[in-house]
Amino acid sequence: MKPTSARPSTRHLIIAVPWFWLALFFLLPFLFVLKISLSEPTLAQPPYMDLIREIEDGFVTLVINFSNYQLLLEDSLYLSALWGSLKVAAISTLFCLLIGYPMAYAIARSPLHWRLPLLMLIILPFWTSFLIRIYAWIGILKANGLLNNLLMGLGLIDSPLAIMHTPLAVYIGVVYNYLPFVVLPLYATLIRLDLTLLEAAADLGCRPWKQFLLITLPLSMPGVIAGAMLVFIPVMGEFVIPDLLGGPDTLMLGKLMWTEFFSNKDWPLASSLAALLLVVLILPFVLLRHFERRSEEGNP
Amino acid sequence: MSTARQFKPEEPWQAPEGEPIVRLENVTKRFGAFYAVDDISLNIHAGEFFSLLGPSGCGKTTLLRMLAGFETPTSGRLLIDGQDVTDIPPYERPVNMMFQSYALFPHMNVADNIAFGLKQEGMPKSERQDRVAELMSLVQIEPLAKRKPHQLSGGQRQRVALARSLAKHPKILLLDEPLGALDKKLREQTQFELVNIQERLGITFVVVTHDQEEAMTMSSRIALMHEGRIEQVDPPRRLYEFPSTRYAASFIGSVNLFDGYVTEQNDDQVRVQCDDAGIQLEVRHSQPLVPGMAVTVALRPEKVRVIHQLEADTPNQLRGVIKEIAYLGDVSIYHVELASGKRVQFTQSNVQALAEQPLTWDEEVVLSWSANSCGVLTE
Repeated sequence: MKPTSARPSTRHLIIAVPWFWLALFFLLPFLFVLKISLSEPTLAQPPYMDLIREIEDGFVTLVINFSNYQLLLEDSLYLSALWGSLKVAAISTLFCLLIGYPMAYAIARSPLHWRLPLLMLIILPFWTSFLIRIYAWIGILKANGLLNNLLMGLGLIDSPLAIMHTPLAVYIGVVYNYLPFVVLPLYATLIRLDLTLLEAAADLGCRPWKQFLLITLPLSMPGVIAGAMLVFIPVMGEFVIPDLLGGPDTLMLGKLMWTEFFSNKDWPLASSLAALLLVVLILPFVLLRHFERRSEEGNP
Repeated sequence: MSTARQFKPEEPWQAPEGEPIVRLENVTKRFGAFYAVDDISLNIHAGEFFSLLGPSGCGKTTLLRMLAGFETPTSGRLLIDGQDVTDIPPYERPVNMMFQSYALFPHMNVADNIAFGLKQEGMPKSERQDRVAELMSLVQIEPLAKRKPHQLSGGQRQRVALARSLAKHPKILLLDEPLGALDKKLREQTQFELVNIQERLGITFVVVTHDQEEAMTMSSRIALMHEGRIEQVDPPRRLYEFPSTRYAASFIGSVNLFDGYVTEQNDDQVRVQCDDAGIQLEVRHSQPLVPGMAVTVALRPEKVRVIHQLEADTPNQLRGVIKEIAYLGDVSIYHVELASGKRVQFTQSNVQALAEQPLTWDEEVVLSWSANSCGVLTE
């Protein structure tokens, strides 16, 4: 008989806990959002109509309203907001990786007694409130802020640079804020890298930069992917940073959703935006898993 | 001790005019105040299967890593094939290394691992494929070309690592505990294979090992290391039969040591007064010794003959009582206590022990050996 570590029923019970958690706090709320996205807006509290309505004498009818989704696809505002979010998320992720990789690499290669203090420095900003940190950036970037005053004081520029309320300010804010999410998973992969592999590569004729390109970089891909996901996904829905640092021309889904929910009180449209965002985020990962599985099966 | 290597008439280290392929000149490697390698000079000749043998921490791995270029000597020079490589980085040295952990690239399959070094050289693809196929057939892993390292057994990984390190036709192959991770059975089998491959390819092998049996089986010569220094460099047979220091004698195999001092020397016959033995021992030793000099007589347990009473005109006879017997299958080890309380070990094959009257506990015996069967150690 095959030995089993736990009886099937015990195992199911243990697995059921996280499943139950996910169902209760992620799937169920999403179903609510999905339901609202298929309803019609109305001037009431809550500002949407039920899908199932009683007409008369116990007759009920199911009214599904696809016009929200139709509007999303027809009105260029929403698609350009999606495009705006994708662009900001992609470019920010790229910059987070470009800045975060060398940082993580340097920490992983520094002497043992330096690593913990350096990691603490990466995490330190989290001890201050997120909002306060963004307001600090306003203080730095605004027309008569720290940066402009410094540059003008040094005589490098004559008039203040217009950074606040531009896409650049959004990028600065996003990259600054999400950098630790790239550094930490990258550090975790790089610290586990077997340095003998680099010696083996050197022994076989690789100069240091090629050792990095052929060994370190491919083997740190799990960290790169994890870090990229930790930045890309939340930035897609990011609302606060573009709202505070960006200008009126910064069009992003998160900001738009906020406007629809709270300013326009159009919950169904906002919900359909949320559903669209989820599809846009999930699709790449489903495809990625699919190709990963295919390539694994490809190996004998 | 068996040896896989046929005795070869050519012994390159004997020829004074031959230029060694590896030459270490007063090489020292210090880590802080610790001397990992302490002023070592050594020549290794082309075609040798050279072992660096010693316990962990003796500096053998540091020495190997200096040959590979992963460590730079604190002082001294290192020449490979006449070229001073002391400051040459590993990727420009004509040597390759097989790592103890094998260090296979986990994201590449077997064929890509083996082709890695060739690709760095810029060898064209078709040529590379031929070379990889040739290497895989050499180490008999043809069907594994597309496997990833994590899909291989320990023995298969070892073969891939060997093939990869041989790919670039290195002038010297450095092997760090090449059989250390294999189980005993596979290790014994692989020892012979390594020797065969080395003889077929004619590449100089420099092997680090802590396993004396492995070193004895495979090597043309062994450098026995101890605390950063070389105790003795000799072919396995000489190292076993004629150890030059107490350390060498006790590291390789078992040995009985009798401390004493020289009383007289006639030609190559030395008499040594040993208080533990209670008599003067006669030893053959051709180097001149000064009477009164403190020396140690070394005697291998298998060289001892057991007789039942003292014989006249025979040197080196000790009376004692058998205190312990260890049965090892092919041989038994006997511990004999002398009158002085010193214990002497001897071994006897069990075939012989059964043929005669079996020896037993508390039996009184006389141990005897010829002057040729033991040696004098001055260090």
